[in-house]
Amino acid sequence: METKTKITGAQALMHSMVLEGVDTIFGYPGGAIMPVFDALYDFDKQLNHILTRHEQGAMHAAQGYARVSGKVGVCLVTSGPAATNTITGIGDALMDSTPLVVITGQVGSALLGTDAFQEIDVVGITQPITKWAYQIRRAEDIAWAVARAFYIARSGRPGPVVLDFAKNAQLAEIDFDYKPCTFIRSYMPIPEVNPDQLALAAQLINQAQKPFALVGQGVVLANAETELKEFLEKANIPAAWTLLGASAMATDFPLNKGFLGMHGNVGPNMKTNECDVLIAIGMRFDDRVTGDLNTYAKQAKIIHLDIDPSEIGKNVKPDAPVLGNVKETLPEITQMLHHATHQAWINSFTEFEVLEFDKVIQREVHPTTGEITMGEVIRKVSEASENKAVLVTDVGQNQMMAARYFNFSEKRSMVTSGGLGTMGFGLPAAIGAKMAAPQRTVCTFCGDGGFQMTIQELGTIMQEHIGVKMIILNNHFLGMVRQWQEMFFDERYSFTEMQNPDFIAIAKAYRIDGTEVRKREELDAAIADMLKDDKPYLLVVNVEKKGMVYPMVPAGTCVTNILLGD
Amino acid sequence: MENTLYTITVFSENTVGLLNQITIIFTRRGLNIETLSVSPSAIKGIHKFTITLFATEDAVKKVVQQIDKRVDILKAYYNTDEGLVFQEIALYKVATDKLLALGSIEQLIRNHHIHILEMNETCVVFEKTGHYEETQQLFDELSESVGVLQFIRSGRVAITKSKVERLSDMLEGMRKFEKKE
Repeated sequence: METKTKITGAQALMHSMVLEGVDTIFGYPGGAIMPVFDALYDFDKQLNHILTRHEQGAMHAAQGYARVSGKVGVCLVTSGPAATNTITGIGDALMDSTPLVVITGQVGSALLGTDAFQEIDVVGITQPITKWAYQIRRAEDIAWAVARAFYIARSGRPGPVVLDFAKNAQLAEIDFDYKPCTFIRSYMPIPEVNPDQLALAAQLINQAQKPFALVGQGVVLANAETELKEFLEKANIPAAWTLLGASAMATDFPLNKGFLGMHGNVGPNMKTNECDVLIAIGMRFDDRVTGDLNTYAKQAKIIHLDIDPSEIGKNVKPDAPVLGNVKETLPEITQMLHHATHQAWINSFTEFEVLEFDKVIQREVHPTTGEITMGEVIRKVSEASENKAVLVTDVGQNQMMAARYFNFSEKRSMVTSGGLGTMGFGLPAAIGAKMAAPQRTVCTFCGDGGFQMTIQELGTIMQEHIGVKMIILNNHFLGMVRQWQEMFFDERYSFTEMQNPDFIAIAKAYRIDGTEVRKREELDAAIADMLKDDKPYLLVVNVEKKGMVYPMVPAGTCVTNILLGD
Repeated sequence: MENTLYTITVFSENTVGLLNQITIIFTRRGLNIETLSVSPSAIKGIHKFTITLFATEDAVKKVVQQIDKRVDILKAYYNTDEGLVFQEIALYKVATDKLLALGSIEQLIRNHHIHILEMNETCVVFEKTGHYEETQQLFDELSESVGVLQFIRSGRVAITKSKVERLSDMLEGMRKFEKKE
């Protein structure tokens, strides 16, 4: 608890954020938030504000920061267009369960509902895409609302919260009295654990001949990587990961059988429909993972561990629903597991690994002739960073290739827009990721399309000297759409070819070093040059124009309907 | 799957924008609300929503889960008619002269358990409580015999037949949780 007498609402917000442990804010000033920015001027020691070049950039940066640090990301913008510019990031954070507090300025309470300059109904717009949206109309409410906002954003299944801060409340003087929020009677962040369900789950696993675990972001959000490893190792359960579950297991962990879903590895998708017990851990059976639900894992008993009761039975009906935080439920189940080997079952993944290597990976990651491929660039960057870098991706082919071919050795090493699939996410998210982990190498892979959606954030990188390593996989196409046009739309390439600028010249204008690579022989040296220090760097690699991401399970089809492109 | 009439009951905090938070959950799934009734509950500061809709049980279950997930919602659950005692209220305005000309007013009032709320030289206002079919039947009869000048029907109000009062149980549980914290 902390009290202060006679301070302004704007100052109360500053004190509240410091008390919530905030040290970094991403934002952009404007009319209706000016008192707050004025107060921020005196808090520059405690609160490091990063001025982005667009509010969407501030949002994605805050998301990248939250995902890598595990803390609540904070975004501070003005009213009207600034608030609407945050919408994509808010939606993205809701879909990907990212804890954020977004503070938008608002016109004074007296002007609400009058179509005042830069007034927009922020609460009305954001209610469907936030965990909580609240308008602060009186300075007396600030401490309560901020405490509640941070509690809601970070507790249970994390997500975005919006505080719409009316200008009169920023200016009014109050006596400040701060109490952190630890309880809301209408909100139960972590559901009660049912011991019967834990026992049932353990029993199903103990009886299983062919158990298979699916690892989602729930493990990452709960910091339960160690608990997961112990669980899998005790009964020797092979596991695969969703896009957001990447890096919850190290790539070289023997029970890690790879990536799930539409562009996932062959083995995990085939084995989904072969296992006898499917253990879903902190994942939500997204359609990009399951394909057609009517043919998905029908033979298996399903165990679903999740913190969000509304995920239970939403897409797949579990035989054993295990509600709770996986950090607590996983060890409870592990305790009841018998040691097992499942050796024949684990070995049965190998034939698919060999098949996939021969048909897809060999050509994509180890080509010796022809144009540069996306996969080889990603693997080379990964290896040059000793597989220790934080991977940030944009959306599309670059994202799927990066998920497939980047290797992870440390946790919290993958930042990507999974649920919403926001192009333009990669560059600003990498800024936030680097702010959260300044000692780590942060590499962002973008396509030429997505990079240009938020290219203005090069200005932020320049001003703040943020050592982000940017790699554009340039194929002069909106690659993933082009791939679908080739496969499903009769090669009618409707508006997917792009004439691109000289990216290196643009980087140079922002005083950012870079190299453009056209030939395979130049690649290793360019990557070494990029990683030689901790400065920002742009590497443009001209890759094959018509590269395809394989394997592929076409949308809405059975998860074993895998195209290999041969 | 056949669509059935379900009644969803929601207990919420009384905060600005709560109705919007609930209705957008239906909108997003393309579900049409049949009736909606909102009023303060027996517990001070807590509001009760009674919502009816035709849907499959699967759809209703998911909607209730999504409503329950909202921070300001205390509890949401659903029932079919078998589990509930429920009622609606309807008001009918008819022309006085036509009604008097009908002649059999006593019979009408007895048969339908009508209350007369207002009577003047131009119009009479009837009130009837009952299930949808009952208020509708009176409407049909009046329309045919004397004509209905104005008609309004409320949303459903409902209480469960089971002995358990779910909200008080939940609040008790929450109090325990708060103490633990």
